[in-house]
Amino acid sequence: MSLINYASREINCKIVYYGPGLGGKTTNIKYVYSKIAPETRGKLISLATELDRTLFFDFLPVDLGTIRGFKTRFHLYTVPGQVYYNASRKLILKGLDGLVFVADSQADRLDDNIDSLQNMYENLATHGMRIDGIPFVLQWNKRDLPNVSPVEQLDAILNTLKVPAFPAIATQGIGVFETLKEVSKRVLRALSQQQ
Amino acid sequence: MQDSVSIFEDDYWAINQQLKYLLRSTGALIVLLIDKAGQVITSAGDLSRLDVSSFASLQAADVAATSQLATLIGEKEFSSLFHQGRRESIYVSLLNPNIILVVIFDDQATLGLVRIRVKTVSDQITKIFERIFAKLERRTVSAPAFDEEFALEAEAEIDNLFK
Repeated sequence: MSLINYASREINCKIVYYGPGLGGKTTNIKYVYSKIAPETRGKLISLATELDRTLFFDFLPVDLGTIRGFKTRFHLYTVPGQVYYNASRKLILKGLDGLVFVADSQADRLDDNIDSLQNMYENLATHGMRIDGIPFVLQWNKRDLPNVSPVEQLDAILNTLKVPAFPAIATQGIGVFETLKEVSKRVLRALSQQQ
Repeated sequence: MQDSVSIFEDDYWAINQQLKYLLRSTGALIVLLIDKAGQVITSAGDLSRLDVSSFASLQAADVAATSQLATLIGEKEFSSLFHQGRRESIYVSLLNPNIILVVIFDDQATLGLVRIRVKTVSDQITKIFERIFAKLERRTVSAPAFDEEFALEAEAEIDNLFK
């Protein structure tokens, strides 16, 4: 649910990173935080356990600049990937405008990716949302690891909607901005089509 | 995707007036109105010492988590929350499932007074939002700024930011 404030001339949109535990969602956000100019971003909030696993969410506000007189801002969120935290995961989806699914490319994580994607569809449904009505992109993360599934296989199994998908190595920043850029464009395009 | 909420000048100022009244009549430090996605709609008071974006996102998450706790014990929702600090405290009221009113106050204000004034102001703000949602429903408002050209400009801006 994007918020357009005509009086203060602001647009706020919410983008959520979803995916299996230890897939690299937080790494994506942390890379964005480390690379964009401090004046265009807010504080990175991480509600994590002592072992650095996301407990509730990570949050990063990013200022896009002023478009046609409207200060445009994206709020990036990650969900906790661990199966146990589904109640929290469901909450973060509230009011979202765009979704990124960060898949772990390693062959032995394929089932986890499938489960997480299925879980995402179910959680969207509890908010009355359907994936085909949401700006959505995928990311094949951890392409630098030795035991990865081929991109074609991931695409065939996980990308049933045939949305843009980006190979990535989030720890090195590869594919991180490409992913964010695409989902941001889709969110703003959806906004202009909605009006 | 859920439809966007658009707030236009007259409604915005009407809401602001209510928030200012709440601030004045209770002696509170800050009053914030945020949506369920954690975005600030408007505020009153001195925001200079508060990281507003972080605050709003955490507050929305707090409300969302507490609503789920309510469900777990068989309640529909907790319509208000109170966090007591040593010097400053937070009183939160759920105006409707989408809108959250937050009052930050210190010992210059009392919880009882905050609670009473929030009740009065909540009714007024709820009415304003009913008006906003009705307008959006009837689509009697137009949003001339968001057309194809806007999308193109936005894309250029995104390319620029993430170079």
